[in-house]
Amino acid sequence: MCVVCGCSDNAKVTYSGMRAAHDHDPHPHPHVHAHDHGHSHGHDHDHDHDHEHGHDAAHPHDHGHPHSHPHTHDHEHEHGAEHDGPGHGHTHDRPHRHPHRHEHDHDHPHDHGHDHDHGDGEHPHARDAATLHAWRHGGTVALEQEILSKNQLIAERNRGWLEGRGILALNLVSSPGSGKTTLLERTIRDLGGDPVVSVIEGDQATVNDAERIRATGCDAVQINTGTGCHLEADMLAQGLRRLDPPPHSVVMIENVGNLVCPALFDLGEHAKVVILSVTEGEDKPAKYPHMFRAASVMLLNKIDLLPHLRFDVARCIACAREVNPGIHVMQVSAYSGEGLQEWYAWLRDRLGSRPLAPPLTRPSVPAAL
Amino acid sequence: MHELGITRSVVSIVSEQAKGAKVLRVTLEIGKLAAILPDAVRFCFDVCAQGTSLEGAALEIIETPGRARCRGCGAETALEQPYGRCAACGSAELELLAGEELKIKEMEVAPCA
Repeated sequence: MCVVCGCSDNAKVTYSGMRAAHDHDPHPHPHVHAHDHGHSHGHDHDHDHDHEHGHDAAHPHDHGHPHSHPHTHDHEHEHGAEHDGPGHGHTHDRPHRHPHRHEHDHDHPHDHGHDHDHGDGEHPHARDAATLHAWRHGGTVALEQEILSKNQLIAERNRGWLEGRGILALNLVSSPGSGKTTLLERTIRDLGGDPVVSVIEGDQATVNDAERIRATGCDAVQINTGTGCHLEADMLAQGLRRLDPPPHSVVMIENVGNLVCPALFDLGEHAKVVILSVTEGEDKPAKYPHMFRAASVMLLNKIDLLPHLRFDVARCIACAREVNPGIHVMQVSAYSGEGLQEWYAWLRDRLGSRPLAPPLTRPSVPAAL
Repeated sequence: MHELGITRSVVSIVSEQAKGAKVLRVTLEIGKLAAILPDAVRFCFDVCAQGTSLEGAALEIIETPGRARCRGCGAETALEQPYGRCAACGSAELELLAGEELKIKEMEVAPCA
């Protein structure tokens, strides 16, 4: 990069938000500018810049302010080629020198509020003087940082990625053995490609589930978490890259069978669907309230077994609503198929309400227009 | 179980922020409704801190009690679990106000050598 004017050797440089738009193309120019800027700019810059504070700029600090400073540039340049630079508007066809003078004298209504000497430039930027003091001389540093912020950030990126492709992603959570994989196999077969479903399988070990899903003819990626008890957002990000699901399809994320940890980790899904089978206790929502609160939908599975069990469906649903009054409950059997039409209708409805990314090719325009 | 991962994140965030300074104390805020056991975090902390600038640091945990506001009548209720009933009108439609915190509040560092 040219250290004098900031232009790049091989990239188009655009300065946005400045009234005098400087937009110059890459130009091979051995140049020496000799100008004393003496002009007054009444412009606002909205810029992201690295301050030369002599410290590493590892701190988020927002400069969205109009700002200007009185300064004098003194640089020289010599053009060796065509140059269509700021304020020039002419073409140089041979190398030449031109000293030009202008002075900047622009006012800054801005005050950074820190006058300190970083010296070694090794510490992260302090939020205030007390914090800075702590860094140099020991003491307390306020951090106020969300522990799960990194996961949250990646989850939001996943959400945007999915949104852009009009993909409905559901995070399926349950205890082990509730029938998630069987429900998925049946769902994929019954939907028959309308809409297309692909699957990300999370398990601590084995590729058994992904193989079962692939046997239905659908794409599946297996993520083995090893000792991990849940999927995290970066695992989904990698899974999605491998899976490469088509636009306007459904991605089912089968989380690790566990009713505790997956509740805490947003993956970027549109909804968590908790699956509870009638062979489990009807008070499970109260025992694992975090999960049932985090879920938007509860599928009560294996209802074909109800005649053989003492399971009070009404009590179970009441228990789920106590924990999460807004939860949508559907009673299904992945074995007999009972109740599945409602689940498919819900899926199609949710997929239909997802915005679809604009087509990649332009629609053809009739010749008459 | 997930406390190990949470504690690892704490150690990684704090050591990054400390930039090599020796960390003497870390203070976390963990809500009582956050599904994180403070004792499990304490158990994991010493192990995770080994070999980092947090080794030997004290761990303080502020436990924030659960509090919710009723969407119906607006009354506030204390909660022991992440759901419940409004103490005033009995509604289950509660909005959690506090108790789900999972945050690194501050750290204390030693003076630069």
